[in-house]
Amino acid sequence: MDRHRAALSRGRPNQVPRWFVALVAAAPVLFVTVFYAWPVATLLWSTLDDAATGSPFRHIAGIVWFTVWQAALSTALTLAVGVLPAYVLARYSFRGRRLLTAATLVPFVLPTVVVGAAFIALLPDSWHGTPRAMIAAHVFFNIAVVVRLVGSMIALIPHDLVGAARTLGASPMKAARLIVLPLLRPALWSAAVVVFLFSFTSFGVAKLLGGPTNPTLEVEIARRATQLGDVAGAAALSVLQLVLLAVVIVWTSRRQRRSSVELQGAAAPRRPRGRSQRRLVVCVCAATVAIIALPMVALVTRSFRVAGDWSMSAWTKLGTTEVRPGAGLGVDPLASIATSLRFAIVAAAIATVVGFLAAAAINASPRAGRVLDAGLMLPLATSAVTIGLGMLITFDTWPVDWRARWWLVPLGHALVAVPFVVRALLGVLRAIPADLRAAAATLGASPIRTWWEVDARAMRRPLLAGVGFSAAISLGEFGATTILTRSGTETLPIAIGRLLGRAGALPQAQAFAMATILLLLTTVLVVASGVHERAGIDA
Amino acid sequence: MLDVIGVSVAFDGRQVLDDLSMHVDRGEVVAVLGASGAGKSTLLRVIAGLLTPDAGRVLLEGVDITDRPSHLRRIGMIFQDEQLFPHLDVAANVGFGPRMSGWPAPRIATRVEELLDVVGLGGFGERRVDRLSGGEKKRVALARSLAPEPALLLLDEPLTGLDRELHDRLIVELHDVLRATGTTAVLVSHDADEAAALASRILYWTDLQPV
Amino acid sequence: MKRFLAVAAVAGLAVLTAGCGSDAASGKPAAITLVAYDSFPTEKTSLNDALDEFTKSTGIPVKIVIAGDAGTMVTKAKLTAGNPEGDVMWGVDNTLLSSAIDGKVFSKYQPNGANAIDTTLTALAPGHEVTPVDFGDVCINYDIEWFRSHNLQPPGSLDDLTKPEYKDLLVVENPSTSSPGLAFLLATIDNSGDKGWQDYWKALRANGVEVVDGWTTAYDDEFSGAAGSTGSKPLVVSYGSSPPAEVIFADPPRTDAPTAVVDSTCFRQVEFAGVLRGTDHEGEARKLVDFLISSRFQKELPLNLFVYPARTDTTLPAEFTKYSVVPTNPYTMDPAEIAANREQWQDEWTDIVLR
Repeated sequence: MDRHRAALSRGRPNQVPRWFVALVAAAPVLFVTVFYAWPVATLLWSTLDDAATGSPFRHIAGIVWFTVWQAALSTALTLAVGVLPAYVLARYSFRGRRLLTAATLVPFVLPTVVVGAAFIALLPDSWHGTPRAMIAAHVFFNIAVVVRLVGSMIALIPHDLVGAARTLGASPMKAARLIVLPLLRPALWSAAVVVFLFSFTSFGVAKLLGGPTNPTLEVEIARRATQLGDVAGAAALSVLQLVLLAVVIVWTSRRQRRSSVELQGAAAPRRPRGRSQRRLVVCVCAATVAIIALPMVALVTRSFRVAGDWSMSAWTKLGTTEVRPGAGLGVDPLASIATSLRFAIVAAAIATVVGFLAAAAINASPRAGRVLDAGLMLPLATSAVTIGLGMLITFDTWPVDWRARWWLVPLGHALVAVPFVVRALLGVLRAIPADLRAAAATLGASPIRTWWEVDARAMRRPLLAGVGFSAAISLGEFGATTILTRSGTETLPIAIGRLLGRAGALPQAQAFAMATILLLLTTVLVVASGVHERAGIDA
Repeated sequence: MLDVIGVSVAFDGRQVLDDLSMHVDRGEVVAVLGASGAGKSTLLRVIAGLLTPDAGRVLLEGVDITDRPSHLRRIGMIFQDEQLFPHLDVAANVGFGPRMSGWPAPRIATRVEELLDVVGLGGFGERRVDRLSGGEKKRVALARSLAPEPALLLLDEPLTGLDRELHDRLIVELHDVLRATGTTAVLVSHDADEAAALASRILYWTDLQPV
Repeated sequence: MKRFLAVAAVAGLAVLTAGCGSDAASGKPAAITLVAYDSFPTEKTSLNDALDEFTKSTGIPVKIVIAGDAGTMVTKAKLTAGNPEGDVMWGVDNTLLSSAIDGKVFSKYQPNGANAIDTTLTALAPGHEVTPVDFGDVCINYDIEWFRSHNLQPPGSLDDLTKPEYKDLLVVENPSTSSPGLAFLLATIDNSGDKGWQDYWKALRANGVEVVDGWTTAYDDEFSGAAGSTGSKPLVVSYGSSPPAEVIFADPPRTDAPTAVVDSTCFRQVEFAGVLRGTDHEGEARKLVDFLISSRFQKELPLNLFVYPARTDTTLPAEFTKYSVVPTNPYTMDPAEIAANREQWQDEWTDIVLR
């Protein structure tokens, strides 16, 4: 027995050799270290180094307080609004359920500029620049989080558990309060934390809807960097934001009770029976559709209205933003679309290659892989503006004089896209039965060849899905791009932001037209990728 | 005291219950015996009010309760997989029904203690539900369903899935408790021996629902 | 497998072509980029024709890149100092100059023909980092017709703007992003003093002043007196040369100006151009700067940018002098004082007016 054990621990003859894993992991490790870890470290260091004057912290308390309470209110409202759709979609089966569930995801994947523009189009003028508008947009944006996280938990609660409470004399309200709600608490916390973080670091929505009078911390950081040129002050505020976020994450992870309850029994969605159940389903679905669709409809509609009249001129005049003969906004909308598409292809290429290598490496070595996985997820938790700012101050001297290079922006996009590619690939990789690899080995394939034939082949479809998601993320990225953008090569979101900053009727309508284009591009990419991903999982 | 009259239930076009009728007298323990998956659980759910029938009526002591919601029927149910509330301890589980009925706390505490003794789990009040063994869970489920003094008790395959030793022991205990408390009960099972040991009358599913 | 390789090939090609698209063409004399603010015309005007002539005579194509409003333009230049977005910058003014010079944005160059420039202007940049190219005044402009039809006298001074009869009538630009906005702020500081200007702005805020980011938004979108504007505000911070612009661009033509200037509210603004440090085309950039102060170019300034040319021997068009006013005693401020306090003033202003 011992001899066998010794033999097993001595070599790894059937597994991919360590040097191969290291080689594969090299690129992703380098990628996240050079383009994320180093800039963030530089940012943190710069606040110790530079004597950041007191000025960025003047009245910062007011800005921080505003950021906190609007995020908290957004969270509360999102939970309140999202719980019923989550319940109905998890509990009841009806025609169109899957479509509606997928539809709730759409606001979440939309570029923040599009969401901001849609709400400017939807809300009355008196709401512009008010916290109300920002909070409404946050709710719209984040409903998907509640539907997914809370809904997936609701879908685990057996019907009979509630039935037991009912036969013991609990009215439906009491059953919900005493049985369902306590079981949902962990999911509600998770959803609350995620929504809070997103609302706290929200940039596109905050900038477009909050206006200069109601800046959040993120907007103030960007303002300091790009409008006042006070990079040191911006860096100091970024660090403050990182600290605040860390505090929130630590505090909530302590309070979140790990739920280890065993739930048995059927919880699958059932057809609604009876008039009241049917009415509930119809009402909630209608309301959900309204919440999701109205802003989008408003956006598209407003692109056809110029100064109160129906007109196609916003669309026909997309080649230019001329204000007076010869003088324009310096933004070429059509060129910005081309720039965005080019950047999207590049970002998707980088993200897919890095994600592919990372997923392979993570799957091959469980322990070290976890570290790499966590490292690659970090850019998602960091605010986009902070990432851009870090890059800006790090890559400005030889030999890393990259600040002015065109590829820095798509690289920043790739940083945020890689975790999604990795997640999609890992899901498929982990589902490969070990016997499949064993079969290849017994047929004469070397470990590396086996890897290529089995693992790499399985990743093909999710890889295409990853390409699509990465491109969609790149198209819509706004925060880091705002910091890094160079005149003459604006992306579509930047151009939309610029046009929305003008009070004229035509530029506004043009902004809505471009936002509609961005909306269509993103939706097509996400839907196509989603189809591929599902096909990949089923395959 | 229980009358099921002409009840029909269809799911997705499949007729599960078709014009089914049955009668249960006070004090009886009636077993409905039939193969698994035939629709027996569905029948119990209609009686409990967890499922609205497409046609037919349910009467309890002559009163039509077909449209009455479950929590007002005073009909208790033990589920096949117990369905104990995982976030409450044993005492809170057992005391749930009385609490819903609005009993004062001291009375609830007494009742909980009493029933835990009856099922042989005296002193288990503060135990967590997920730490219980299979047999203990069954007993807690039984105590919980009896606590609010239901007019009728429904049992869905109560002893299915237990190992031989536990099964035989619990049959005897269940039989004794039901007799001692004088509970009117309807139980469904696919095990003829179980039915014979527990019931005072056996109904065959094939008689109730001719194919 | 094949499809995967095909996708990878396409991606690789995209990467290569994307890169190629941004690199300068090699072989011919290099094209250079002129970075300007958003009211600088990029095509069609006689200013652009003059630049075309420059290209024809030197063989150097000039591409104009609009960086946004003046404040954003200078900030971007500071952030990219040494790795500039272009080769020559047009339009940094005396209020932002100190900030740009401290940010080491420019590379020193004293252009040929510099002695033709007004010496009071060149004195503002003794280090030769930049060269003055034009000057003008930032003043309150008012819509004559609006005041006449509302039976109201237009304001006569800065202090008048806080009076209740002018409530909700004024639009100004954000001094953090706009150079006329900053100039106006400096005028109010010069007027009310270091201790009094905060109260002045509190009063303005209470009187309903509207703030926008840039001059083009303020003038073209919000000012009621601008041609083609649907704006409703009859008072705006603009230039001393805006009234002549209204006459010259009027359609149908008119012989009287629809707007006028409150000349006791003016601040002298001087604009500069310079070679950006770190450009790959220093020689060509210098040639462009020479051209920007040449008579050929300077004579196009009045009717296109509505500023006075820095070159003293330039003849001014008649329509220009007829409708414009050069105030005799504009507010000014020492560049060193601006340099020392600008950021703090902008911050304080933001707190008082926007928060």
